[in-house]
Amino acid sequence: MKRYELLVIGGSAGSLQVILSLLAKTGDDFPIPVLVVLHRNGIFESSLEELLSIRTGLTIKEVEEKDILKPGIVYICPADYHVLLEQDHSFSLDYSERVHFSRPSIDVTFRSASDVYGPGLIGLVLSGGNADGADGLAYIRERSGLAIVQDPLTAEVPYMPQQAIFRMQPDFIVPADELPFFIRGLFHK
Amino acid sequence: MDINPVQYEELELLLSDLYKRYGYDFSEYSKASIQRRVQRLFTLDKFPSFAEFRYRLQNDSLYFRRFVEEITVNVTEMLRDPSFYRTLRTNILPVLATYPFIRIWHAGCSTGEEVYSMAILLKEAGLLHKSLLYGTDINPLVIEKARKGIFPVSQMQKYSENYIQSGGVKDFSSYYTANYHLAKFDSALTGKMIFSTHNLVSDFSFNEFQLILCRNVLIYFERDLQSKVFKLFDYSLENFGYLALGSKESLRFSPIADRYRQVGREKIWRKVHEAI
Repeated sequence: MKRYELLVIGGSAGSLQVILSLLAKTGDDFPIPVLVVLHRNGIFESSLEELLSIRTGLTIKEVEEKDILKPGIVYICPADYHVLLEQDHSFSLDYSERVHFSRPSIDVTFRSASDVYGPGLIGLVLSGGNADGADGLAYIRERSGLAIVQDPLTAEVPYMPQQAIFRMQPDFIVPADELPFFIRGLFHK
Repeated sequence: MDINPVQYEELELLLSDLYKRYGYDFSEYSKASIQRRVQRLFTLDKFPSFAEFRYRLQNDSLYFRRFVEEITVNVTEMLRDPSFYRTLRTNILPVLATYPFIRIWHAGCSTGEEVYSMAILLKEAGLLHKSLLYGTDINPLVIEKARKGIFPVSQMQKYSENYIQSGGVKDFSSYYTANYHLAKFDSALTGKMIFSTHNLVSDFSFNEFQLILCRNVLIYFERDLQSKVFKLFDYSLENFGYLALGSKESLRFSPIADRYRQVGREKIWRKVHEAI
């Protein structure tokens, strides 16, 4: 059985609800770190961490540069910075140009995380109205990581998962309500 | 898409070449970020192999100049984080006003938008006439742009909103002259600025300041280099001077932390003791 080391979730419009229920139902003993790249639109600038904290027993933390990833912690990318991963499993922040009109960009973090974790990485693309994440997920798949896409039929805004499916062949396309069970199942012997 | 990215070993060889050949030391930059920028340039300029990329950089100093321009991040805006500038207006400038002469250093100023923002604040506080603003950056191209004080008109609406949120009460457009798609800022502002190249990695302190701003630069440096730069700032800052960082940067883990106190909630620290 493959050993996964990091789950990176990329979401945009319509993904917050999915992330909330995913984190609420994964249990508070999730064995690996989770990194959430969410396109923020200013509405939940400050309340996002709070919102997630109430719903899950997992520790929610905004990414800080040079922090080293730890299992059981859900890291949220800060608004207006790209998040990259270093070889020592620490975070770097980057304030360079937007990618797909987005900062943080899902593609940027997916690629960087894949460079570090290779086959140990799980990438998950959720609902959104943007093509961000498709290239990054393809990159994860090329490097033998696990590529999962929310079933566009169950997405509030199907464009982003659709783009990912057009761009590459994901390992799994999973309906929103089955995602928590599916993700948990990856860690059951 | 590049499925064979620039490897870290290759990157290290390249950076070592550049240090030996040109004296620019990128070895303590955060690897993930510089790898991404090098990858981007390598792809953009369509090199058939990494060896050829390396050869070109070794042997073409003009291309090395392009490398410096492209590898450094030059994204900036005027009055970014308006609450930060509001704190400068209400808490910091009244203290600086008590000095006969004010010296401010914008380290890593890129195309200068923050220097112009500061000059506007100083003008509105009636302090510009006795101030000098130094803007420095490793990249000579952005320094040339900063000197001109010409920015895209398309940005002005955003900057004007930032300006109002920062506590500005004038008409922001009174600070520039718009001509087609460009906005040229008032030469009364530019007259108080000195722009120069300066490499935080290798260059020394060049003056003593009451305020140093270095925002979204240290995030690209590894911890040891950050410490070195903090010491450079500490050395360049008068006692009771201020150091301002980007919204995700902190003095917390630095070797100078115990001699500085944070001002309110913004990323501004005041030096309260000299080094012993």
